[in-house]
Amino acid sequence: MRSPLRLERRLEQPKWLNWAIPLFSLVAALILGAIVLRLTGKNPVDVYQRIFERGFAGKRVFSDSLVSATPLAFTGLCAAVAFRMGLINVGGEGQLYMGSLGATWVGITFDDVPTGLMIVLMAAAGMLCGGLYAGIVGLLRARFGTNEIITSLMMNYLAGILLTYLVYNSFSYWRDPVSGNFPSPRAITQRAEWNTYTVFGVDLPIAFVMAIAMGFAVWFLYKRTRFGFEVGVIADSPKAARYAGIRTSSTIILVMGLSGAMAGLGGAADVGNFRRYMDPKGLELSGYGYTGIVVAALARLNPVAAVFVALLMGGLNNAGYSLRGPDFPSGLVGTLQGLILFTAVAGEILIKYRIRSNSRRSEVVTA
Amino acid sequence: MTEQVAVRMSGIVKRFPGVVANDGVNLEIRAGEVHALLGENGAGKSTLSNILTGLYRADDGVVEIAGHRCEFSSPRDALDAGIGMVHQHFRLVPTFTVAENVVLGESDGSLFMNQDQVATRVQELSDRYGLAVDPHARIWQLSVGEQQRVEILKVLYRGAKVLILDEPTAVLTPVEARSLFATLRAMADEGRSVIFISHKLGEVMAVSDRVTVLRGGRTVGTVNTSETSTRGLASLMVGRSVEFERVVRENPADITTTVLRVESVSANDDRGRASLHEVSFTVGRGEIVGVAGVAGNGQRELAEVISGMRASVAGRITVLDDEVKSGKARSAIARGIAHVPEDRLHTGLAAGHSVEDNLALKNYRTAQISRFRLLQRRAIREQASTLVERYDVKTPDTVTPVRLLSGGNVQKVLLAREFSALPSVLIAASPTRGLDVGAIETVRERLVAAADDGVGVLLISEDLDEILSLADRILVMYEGRIVDDLPAQGADRERIGLTMGGSNAKEVAQ
Repeated sequence: MRSPLRLERRLEQPKWLNWAIPLFSLVAALILGAIVLRLTGKNPVDVYQRIFERGFAGKRVFSDSLVSATPLAFTGLCAAVAFRMGLINVGGEGQLYMGSLGATWVGITFDDVPTGLMIVLMAAAGMLCGGLYAGIVGLLRARFGTNEIITSLMMNYLAGILLTYLVYNSFSYWRDPVSGNFPSPRAITQRAEWNTYTVFGVDLPIAFVMAIAMGFAVWFLYKRTRFGFEVGVIADSPKAARYAGIRTSSTIILVMGLSGAMAGLGGAADVGNFRRYMDPKGLELSGYGYTGIVVAALARLNPVAAVFVALLMGGLNNAGYSLRGPDFPSGLVGTLQGLILFTAVAGEILIKYRIRSNSRRSEVVTA
Repeated sequence: MTEQVAVRMSGIVKRFPGVVANDGVNLEIRAGEVHALLGENGAGKSTLSNILTGLYRADDGVVEIAGHRCEFSSPRDALDAGIGMVHQHFRLVPTFTVAENVVLGESDGSLFMNQDQVATRVQELSDRYGLAVDPHARIWQLSVGEQQRVEILKVLYRGAKVLILDEPTAVLTPVEARSLFATLRAMADEGRSVIFISHKLGEVMAVSDRVTVLRGGRTVGTVNTSETSTRGLASLMVGRSVEFERVVRENPADITTTVLRVESVSANDDRGRASLHEVSFTVGRGEIVGVAGVAGNGQRELAEVISGMRASVAGRITVLDDEVKSGKARSAIARGIAHVPEDRLHTGLAAGHSVEDNLALKNYRTAQISRFRLLQRRAIREQASTLVERYDVKTPDTVTPVRLLSGGNVQKVLLAREFSALPSVLIAASPTRGLDVGAIETVRERLVAAADDGVGVLLISEDLDEILSLADRILVMYEGRIVDDLPAQGADRERIGLTMGGSNAKEVAQ
């Protein structure tokens, strides 16, 4: 028995598909979500309208969404940077934790430097820690051929446990010394809070501006530099890369490091926001690293697009938090995001293949 | 006719896009004989056996098993008709026992298998045919030779009357090979038929009753082994066509200057087995040296070692007295070694990348293409337009991915890049395989033109005619060694055919 439809590889991939397919995926996810809502006895139009109001409409709400979007923009970049070379780094979560660990240390230790320098130092520490942490995964892959999906995933748990230990189960540098029997993280100085600009009444965090800059920087790196060219060849054909004398092993380590640095910067930015401390439990609940994979997939691994997709996801998250209640289950936004990933990955197939009817052909074969 | 015919295949035709693999092949196998199927790579042996085992369907022709016309639509049908195949690459589950592997895929309707019963039967069969192997051992514990015995047992267990063995000795030691021959003989004596696919003449002479020779997808003839010789088989296999013409060179080779020197180089294959044994030779300025041999005798490893894609275990490679670092493609490129690999689309080129990117694949690091580690897109595009025109590449534009180009144009892109780098040495592996006649002509002209310009060319090819018409000197490779070295002018095809098949070059020469 054959299925009536079959997939045929596209010889050429029209440019318009690059934006049409993700948009179509998003609509498909909303439709699937509507079916789920309908089945649970809710009015989908009503629910979507509320999500839009609480996630995107209005200056105050949009400002909040920008804050939520910032770490997602960085973890989205993290995934996009690695996935573009075919390295499936699902360790954005752990790399973000390590970034926030490093940035917090800087924030606590150098409490007398001016804010501008503080931001630079924290960002650098975050990138360094996230980058080194991911670099371990890259090193293992390059030297021993270890599967990076598994190692990066495992190291997420490792990082989570480490942060929890440092804040709640030990008297470490990161624990508030005056918190006594109710352990809490040590806050960094007020002066270390990252700036926010007000643009048309919307609060724009400096970290989000950094994310946009990083998006363009990564795009430039991959499109215009020798390094990006080498990454592209390795992704296309590892054998051709070896043939052309490209140093595959060191490129793997560098790309993983860069990927982790993106997530680490996200971790630093998270410490630098209005709360000013490293929050192991909060980070674990947010799952920024995993949502970053959805962001990258929906952005089709385009680093600039990833930053803006993050805004969409951040808005959804925000709406989810503020709407949570008896008539709005907390899992709803997660379900929607899951559906978006699902349709985005399915849509990816449609960029490479097209659907053809099978009926004609099978007759010929059986005849 | 007293002999019973087990299999008769007549007028078999099988076409693949662009090639006719079998073009009216006839084959007759008698019950109780060991029948060798001999031919060079690409002669159509594998296609023919795949048709007999139901893997492919013939486009035309008739297959008869024991006098009945058959049409197989799957390997299971063929197995039910008593035809079993022992593949060159084993299909065994490493963590299962021998007995489990033997019954794997056997559906006798019952849900559970009786391990002991199966083991007893396997033991019986292995005793009867001298296939010593422990039924309870797990596959991963066995040597390659033992694994092959399991494959044979698998086929026997299913009651095959006709066994096809595809180059069974390729993986065996000489001792194991001798014991395999005894097994084959024992099976034939019981009335089974054995089809022995090989291109090693000595083995064919040693084990077979009759031999059918294929060349270029056609049957050349069937002879009784007792009435022929290795020499006779060799000439059937490589043919006697003398219509090829030697290319007339503008600038003859200057062998007083050595451009490439390979000194006792040894290397392993991908699985870590020694596949090059102390290979030494030189290529002179403007000289075309042909490497003849059946595929899989170390040619691929040789090309990869010279071009720095594979590390050598021992030995030294120099270009104009500068050493090439072992396993460093960058060093080989810097020394002026150009390489046209066998696998053009995925090794020689990055198939998903554009024509212009591929043309810059080796010189993107140079000042010509990149400054301060930034790519100069305009320089890449200009280089591409120049080369596309000079090498007559048919492509809509320079940003088209190479995977969309035709085979001939793919090769032109590759040649354009490699030749334009003005190399000292060029390694060309099967540079015309799979191309149409016009493209073949172009590629050959380019090779000769490069040699005329003073490039030392190492031409690795399975096409003996190509080597005979282009090369100045011929090296013959067999089992990772260079077994013969002779001038191409007036070379004896028969001698080359024999040495390719493993005969001793000195004895042949006499």
